[in-house]
Amino acid sequence: MIWSGLLIYWANDVYRIGWSDHTILKFFPDSFYKAFHVPFKLAKGMSFHFVFMWLFALNGFLYVLYIMFSGKWRELIPGKKSFGDAWQVLLHDLFLKKEKPAQGKFNGAQKIAYTGIIIMGIGSLVTGLAIYKPVQLSWMMYLTGGYEAARIEHFILTIGYVLFFIVHIVQVIRSGWNNFRAIVAGWEVVEDAGD
Amino acid sequence: MMVQEENKQEEKFRKVVRRKTVRAFSWFFLFLLFLFAGWKWLVNQPNADGLPKPLRKILHVNEKIFSGVYSDSHLSKEYPKSSAVSDVRVNGDVGMKAYDTSEWTLQVVRFSPFTPVPGDTFYVTLDEIKKLPRTEVVFNFKCIEGWSQVTWWGGVKFSDFAAHYRVGTRDQSAPDKEYAPGMIAKYAGLVTPDGEYYVGIDMASMLHPQTILCYEMNGKPLPMNQGAPLRLIIPVKYGVKHIKRIGTLFFSAAPPPDYWFEQGYDYYAGL
Repeated sequence: MIWSGLLIYWANDVYRIGWSDHTILKFFPDSFYKAFHVPFKLAKGMSFHFVFMWLFALNGFLYVLYIMFSGKWRELIPGKKSFGDAWQVLLHDLFLKKEKPAQGKFNGAQKIAYTGIIIMGIGSLVTGLAIYKPVQLSWMMYLTGGYEAARIEHFILTIGYVLFFIVHIVQVIRSGWNNFRAIVAGWEVVEDAGD
Repeated sequence: MMVQEENKQEEKFRKVVRRKTVRAFSWFFLFLLFLFAGWKWLVNQPNADGLPKPLRKILHVNEKIFSGVYSDSHLSKEYPKSSAVSDVRVNGDVGMKAYDTSEWTLQVVRFSPFTPVPGDTFYVTLDEIKKLPRTEVVFNFKCIEGWSQVTWWGGVKFSDFAAHYRVGTRDQSAPDKEYAPGMIAKYAGLVTPDGEYYVGIDMASMLHPQTILCYEMNGKPLPMNQGAPLRLIIPVKYGVKHIKRIGTLFFSAAPPPDYWFEQGYDYYAGL
């Protein structure tokens, strides 16, 4: 989805970080487009985007159903304590604090991130539909603040996924083999406390 | 003895872990391989109008779904004239070679159940079109590239034009949504005078109350680079369907040729 979205975005690549004439970061530099073979593939991008949107939606829908009915939402939805915990996790992970924060199956930062990504997914669907059918589904367009606002929001959410992905990969590498095996296999080896 | 026993147990445990790990990762890699193979299969499918065929099929399904939520009462948001831009973007010049507009008439071919007969074709001048009820639309024009502009257009509603000239139906009555299927054309085809640019549009969208045969922009006659003397403005579609300088209008039961569709774009392009 991100790849095809990039092919679409290229056709009107107006977003940047900066003020008036000053640009800190242009989305995206030509070298970036060149490296990923982006230019002049709008039609291809749109076709893939509007086919894979079904997979994206279906996958998200099934995941949410599973989380709801398996009761696993209890481990994922952040509670009152999660935000404080997440701050401790952040300090610990940035090597600013030595002691390990509270860790259940998921720590506070994970709960917030994993619930947030679902909300982002819903956001991408709504903003996406607002751009895709701004007349027939105009209520979605109004909900997102208008056609152009929806496009910006859709873009920012995508940048959010990329950042999430990077942090996620770094954390998986940091957590080591046992954790990675747990991701793939669904179980982990727990050291016996008596040993 | 005890230590040996414990070691044996641990050895056994390690073996189980190793076996289970190998099994889990085998499934994992098989799954990745399956995704990769599926991707390769998809991109190597034979093309249909610039796209792998399965993609075309699903785009067609999308069209069915989203033309199902289409309604005449869903209007593109209208703006006050004051928010219309003065420097309207010009984005395409296919079919827009130098042209003497004084020679222009609109060629109209009626919807014919069989091969068109000479009596099906007639010509309409700009003056005749201007005699029909004039209407205006100020809306956010959306290009398929992703930009949009609030623009102000004037002309005649296509539905008024079609009712007046009784085109688009087999029995030459005014086209109406309630009409028996098969009696009303499914598509309208529009072509530039030089035949270089052409679009096909479903009749439902053509008969939308905001769809106009346009001869004015910002309250003045349509400029040359915006398709003088007559262009299509159809707010329920992307800009690619707003054909400039219409030479011929015809009706058909099958999708007429469409310039950007042939380059891999979606045929429907509905908003």
